[in-house]
Amino acid sequence: MRSPFKTFLASGNVFIWGCAAGVSVSLLMVFGLLLLIVINGLGYFWTSNVVDLTLKSGQHVMGQLAGREVIPRSVTPDRPEGKGRLRVKIGNRDINGLDFKWVNEDQIVSQAYPADAALLERREWGNMYGRVKAVYKGETLQVEGNDAGWIALAPLISATNDLHQQIARIEQIEIGSINAELEQARLKTRSFELGKERGSLNDLTAQIAAAESRYQAKTVELDALRTQFDEYSVLMVDANGQEKQISVGQIIRALHPNEMGLLHKSWIYLTNVWSVVSTEPREANTEGGIFPAIFGTVMMVIIMSLVVAPFGVLAALYLREYARQGVMVRLVRIAVNNLAGVPSIVFGVFGLGFFIYAIGGTLDTLFFPERLPTPTFGTGGILWASLTLALLTVPVVIVATEEGLAAVPREFREGSLALGATKLETMLKVVIPSALPGILTGLILAMARAAGEVAPLMLTGVVKLAPSLPVDGSWPFFHFDRKFMHLGFHIYDVGFQSPNVEAAKPMVYITTLVLIAVVVLLNCTAIVLRNHLRKKYAGSVL
Amino acid sequence: MYPSPSVTQQPSQSQPLSSQRFDVQDGHLQSPDNRSNSQAVKLALQQVNFFYGSSQALFKIDIEIMKNQVTSFIGPSGCGKSTLLRCLNRLNDLIEGARVEGAMLLDGVDINGHDVDITDLRKRVGMVFQKSNPFPKSIYENVAYGPRLHGIRNRAQLDQIVEEGLKGAGLWEEVKDRLQASAFGLSGGQQQRLCIARALAVKPDVLLMDEPCSALDPVATAKIEELLFSLKQELTVIIVTHNMQQAARVSDWTAFMYLGEMVEFGLTKQIFTNPSKKQTDDYITGRFG
Repeated sequence: MRSPFKTFLASGNVFIWGCAAGVSVSLLMVFGLLLLIVINGLGYFWTSNVVDLTLKSGQHVMGQLAGREVIPRSVTPDRPEGKGRLRVKIGNRDINGLDFKWVNEDQIVSQAYPADAALLERREWGNMYGRVKAVYKGETLQVEGNDAGWIALAPLISATNDLHQQIARIEQIEIGSINAELEQARLKTRSFELGKERGSLNDLTAQIAAAESRYQAKTVELDALRTQFDEYSVLMVDANGQEKQISVGQIIRALHPNEMGLLHKSWIYLTNVWSVVSTEPREANTEGGIFPAIFGTVMMVIIMSLVVAPFGVLAALYLREYARQGVMVRLVRIAVNNLAGVPSIVFGVFGLGFFIYAIGGTLDTLFFPERLPTPTFGTGGILWASLTLALLTVPVVIVATEEGLAAVPREFREGSLALGATKLETMLKVVIPSALPGILTGLILAMARAAGEVAPLMLTGVVKLAPSLPVDGSWPFFHFDRKFMHLGFHIYDVGFQSPNVEAAKPMVYITTLVLIAVVVLLNCTAIVLRNHLRKKYAGSVL
Repeated sequence: MYPSPSVTQQPSQSQPLSSQRFDVQDGHLQSPDNRSNSQAVKLALQQVNFFYGSSQALFKIDIEIMKNQVTSFIGPSGCGKSTLLRCLNRLNDLIEGARVEGAMLLDGVDINGHDVDITDLRKRVGMVFQKSNPFPKSIYENVAYGPRLHGIRNRAQLDQIVEEGLKGAGLWEEVKDRLQASAFGLSGGQQQRLCIARALAVKPDVLLMDEPCSALDPVATAKIEELLFSLKQELTVIIVTHNMQQAARVSDWTAFMYLGEMVEFGLTKQIFTNPSKKQTDDYITGRFG
């Protein structure tokens, strides 16, 4: 007769509870992490009301509330009731020197939400909180007073935003192409000097002269636009009466948050989200958007996938289908599996030594001697970073593909062979299509790993601010030698290398959120593709 | 009682191979009138040995398979029926260390010869497997797979071949309206007949069937057995089966194999009513195996 306790143990209930608890804890951690990131990240886009705090000292603090914490009693023995303190985003970095300020609650006399409190988003120095006093055109007073100034400001801002776009277009596209042309001509001159290029040096000189005169014309045009851009200025006054005159060109958007309804705020919220994912960073990455980082991440992952998929699949095909199964293959397999466990920074060092210095350096001396000593491929770039990550993730693809191939029933192969197919035909027509879902699973894992990897990139081509995207309008359109920005590195850079850590904190969460979203999106694409294939080749085991 | 356990495990020790072979040959020689002269030998095996690495699986097999007849291989599990069958389209070539000795003449040409194109051989010797193995493709694509491999691209021609194959396998009426549907939507018996259609589509001379009905219900089995009668008008069928009633029902000739040796080969009627070997008699009457 078994004791009840033993019977209870043998029933397996404890085991099931243990399993369930394991799953629950894992889920809790995952969702907790996601929730933290989502709340902190998405909260940043919301325009909260501008509060005006009057302190006992008579001073005013105006800004957006950014948090509250209770001061521990041990720190403030004189206040046993444990007063709280508020964290206020006061902006006006050019006046105050900081973006955030702690205000003890017992110092606050009154708290108001004035309807005319204005929030100016600026291209530099962060947000400004205050009231409009006057609008100037050059030195002459145009409009005076809070309400009149505010009304006059709105059209000016939209005009300067248009101008800003125009200037950016001229700078980046028109002058950019002239610069590219000049650079081409310079390189040709150089290779002419090296005795490689045939043709007339005079032609080149003429070409350079023509391009430079066009450049001069553009500069004149730009100067005119810039003057126009800075023509108007607005005199702002902060909560303590301090005045500050800023150019309207510096203002991206002016809002009266306290007057805005829910609908208006939601609209602003959406435009904020859009501008973060679609614009370039400002202010040492702590403000503006993260578009170049998104672009760099996605492009790098795509290049990596294009490289790793054929390599991994071919390697796995050879190992599983063609190689004689023996000690050698076993050793190779063990080596491949171990490769997956090598710390990623090691791959970074390898990428730097092999891809950049050995291969890139050789390419430079062979094909781009006229550019030396400035390296072209002999320095970090998106191609080398992608190749390094491909190397890092190739074991994942090999292992998954091998499993996929092993899971293709022998009957399929024999059925095909018995019909007179050769081994290659059997592979191409039956085995690989059936193993494709498994192969894609491997690719999904590889992509997820690659998108999140930062350490090797820091050695192979990622930068905190890339002047241009790896894809643009100038020949040959794809610039694989260019350095690029990456979301993972952006998190590190903004969060830990930024001069203004407090202001950058929301950016860290947003970047994290976007990185996760990018990985999920890439994976979803691959999963949809896999499910499509699975349906097509229904009955395959994976 | 015969056989004693030791004898069944190691017959080569208790019974010299040469005598065994002699007996088989003897059996053939004793019944030459079983064969009418009008029948031609499609496939002749002479002294075939087969090895998996160092272990021998088939011992000096001699057999002559008649054209347009159904020949069945019977015998207990592991006796080498399937191995022998898979030698006939050289599917055993895939196995590492597999080696075959002796002559296997298909229409007088040794199929293991150096100048034999293996894909051509497999085109002439089709095979249907124990477990139905349609490819993860549509019904149409399954049947068209073989012809496509052998270079037929013309759509109308393919359509015709697919229709003929499916009709030959008695499946046409059931699937003609859903040719583009996945082959996995078919029932087990239909899948097996699809595999037969797929094999027929490359127009083989010989069809090897490796226990084609072992996973099927009686109705599906009956359909495939019926099919065999019509198939033998066109080609030569060799069927491996565990089911002796099936062998008795469908085959013209029966070979009884035991532990890698061909114990007895003759007309089905004779094997089942008046076997010349005691082992055969014991197996058929269910005393062992």
